[in-house]
Amino acid sequence: MLLYLLRRILYTLPIAIGVSMVCFALIHLAPGDPLSAVIPEGASPEVIAQIKTAYGFDQPLPIQYFNWIWRAVQGDFGMSIMTRRPVLSEVGPAVVNTMILAVAAVTLGFGLGVGLGIAAGYTAGSPIDRVVTAISVSGVSVPHYWLGMVLIVIFAVNLGVLPAMGMGAQGSATFALDWVSLRHLILPAIAMSVIPAGIIARSVRGTVIEVLKQDYVQTLHAKGLPGRRVFVHVVKNAAPTVLAIMGLQLAQLLGGSILVETVFSWPGTGFLLNTAIFTRDLPILQGTILVLSMFFVAINLMVDLLQSVLDPRIKRA
Amino acid sequence: MVETQTPLVAIEDLTVRFVSRDLDISVVNGVSFTLAAGEAMCILGESGSGKSVTLRALMRLLPPAARVGGKISIGGLDVTTLADGDLRRLRGSLVSMIFQEPMTALDPVFTIGTQIAESVVFHDGVSYSAGRKRALELLELVQIPSAPRRLDAYPHELSGGLRQRAMIAMALACRPRVLLADEPTTALDATVQIQILLLMRQLQRDLGMATIIVTHDLGVACEVADKMAVMYAGRFVETGSSVDVMETPRHPYTRGLFQSTVHGGMRGAPLDPIPGSPPDLAELPPGCAFAPRCPAYEPACDGRVPDMVEVARAQFARCIRCP
Ligand SMILES: Nc1ncnc2c1ncn2[C@@H]1O[C@H](COP(=O)(O)OP(=O)(O)OP(=O)(O)O)[C@@H](O)[C@H]1O
Ligand code: SF4
Ligand SMILES: [Mg+2]
Repeated sequence: MLLYLLRRILYTLPIAIGVSMVCFALIHLAPGDPLSAVIPEGASPEVIAQIKTAYGFDQPLPIQYFNWIWRAVQGDFGMSIMTRRPVLSEVGPAVVNTMILAVAAVTLGFGLGVGLGIAAGYTAGSPIDRVVTAISVSGVSVPHYWLGMVLIVIFAVNLGVLPAMGMGAQGSATFALDWVSLRHLILPAIAMSVIPAGIIARSVRGTVIEVLKQDYVQTLHAKGLPGRRVFVHVVKNAAPTVLAIMGLQLAQLLGGSILVETVFSWPGTGFLLNTAIFTRDLPILQGTILVLSMFFVAINLMVDLLQSVLDPRIKRA
Repeated sequence: MVETQTPLVAIEDLTVRFVSRDLDISVVNGVSFTLAAGEAMCILGESGSGKSVTLRALMRLLPPAARVGGKISIGGLDVTTLADGDLRRLRGSLVSMIFQEPMTALDPVFTIGTQIAESVVFHDGVSYSAGRKRALELLELVQIPSAPRRLDAYPHELSGGLRQRAMIAMALACRPRVLLADEPTTALDATVQIQILLLMRQLQRDLGMATIIVTHDLGVACEVADKMAVMYAGRFVETGSSVDVMETPRHPYTRGLFQSTVHGGMRGAPLDPIPGSPPDLAELPPGCAFAPRCPAYEPACDGRVPDMVEVARAQFARCIRCP
């Protein structure tokens, strides 16, 4: 098993390298000169050449890439063009903030989605199933930023029971495990959880129905096992499929929602990306995307590993 | 007076209909038989004649669309009226089932050992480790080589024959008194089929279980069964001892069924299809259901469904032209 683990990690290395190349290429694919934001108006060619050397842009691309990635693995993603602070010190907290929101939204969304999906799957065709399907379809189709604004209007503006902006007292950008912070988390987490809840509910429902149709479920009934034991079998058989979808959803939430984070002024990666795009802060953009894509790769790896633990048919050789 | 005791299995006028919005078919139309402990009966018949449904009805293992009528008594229990909890206690302990396709009938993500042990745990109320110990005994009972190792094997890691042995072990886990087997060897190679059949016969005799085997295969039938029932359109059309029915089939359907296979070695020979197609179960004729295909047909056959009559000693047929 340990060997398998190592091998799987080794397999993801090429993917990670490929992803990092794409991130690197981003800066050269982006329209306009990446340095246009730093180069002062009417700078002389000598000054431009100087700046280019300072940023390493005079080197051939492969060298630039290796220098960049070498610094990146050491935690040096360069400087933000706008704030002149290290990219890491901007991206780090944003990632943490997005993670807080993502974990809250995942707990809410996956919990709800799994519960509803199981209820619907077990009662396929019944009124319960139809209600759940209706809920999950609307969950998937309601734009979450719109829902966010509706929530703000209802709970923050009209009722005045929950804060609308930021993530702590006086809109501070630090999260503490206290009531004030938690209250700030409620609305954005709800807004973010609706789509995953709908998607998970649908996939759980479909998978449960599929599993319940299998011959071995009939065997379990023929053996006289109680419903709770049959449920254990259903869960273990349904889990690999559902986990794959959950991985995708989690990855998406970790990417942060530009729209939801902007609506709630939540200082996460989505918010940061939004700012970086508007200010053409390419190092920030690059750093954020690199960190996020590494999360995606890691989540994929984790889903693969979990699946192989749950399903012995997945070859461990 | 053994004869006056209620037999272990007593089925009377069993009917099964599948009813849903766009479907109403009568799949089983009055099946009656009794079976004593230690007796083995085999049910023969074409595809779609209702063999599997009959077998499943005995454990009430049918989808909600099924409407079951008649009396099903097993071990003195009235299966049709059992509460869910009692039904669960009956399934797997008093009555067990072996399925046709062990690959799909076993859960792919649990080990063989766990799947056997869980039955023991729930029915006998023992610990999981005691269940595993019993599972090991059972794997040895069904002659699985290097049994301790197989305990932790997953179904896909076993060969077809071993999987079916494991399936049998699972069915025997709680010492059932009645064993139902739905085409237990159809999915296996010919040589493995024979091994499994010999094993089943031996176990059935050693453990004294009443056994019902559904099969398409005449070789299987005469190999393992004392009694034989031939099914057509949801009814038994001929019953008797295996030897009698095989040697002197009386019902035209049985004869047609045996015709081509009786002469050229029977073992492993599949039943040859009879010309014509089976009746539409949604609209059974008022008379004999076999009439459209019967070489001995006469207009009187369309009158009403023939009764089961004793055509020879302890051999019954449902045909007005069988004396
Ligand atoms: N769940 C169900 N819903 C509707 N019809 C069903 C259902 N199960 C079985 N049937 C129908 O009942 C009839 C008898 O089926 P059954 O499985 O008992 O046949 P069989 O004799 O076992 O045939 P085979 O030799 O092919 O296994 C078939 O016409 C089948 O289509
Ligand atoms: S009753 Fe008539 S149709 Fe039916 S099997 Fe006998 S002879 Fe044939
Ligand atoms: Mg069948």
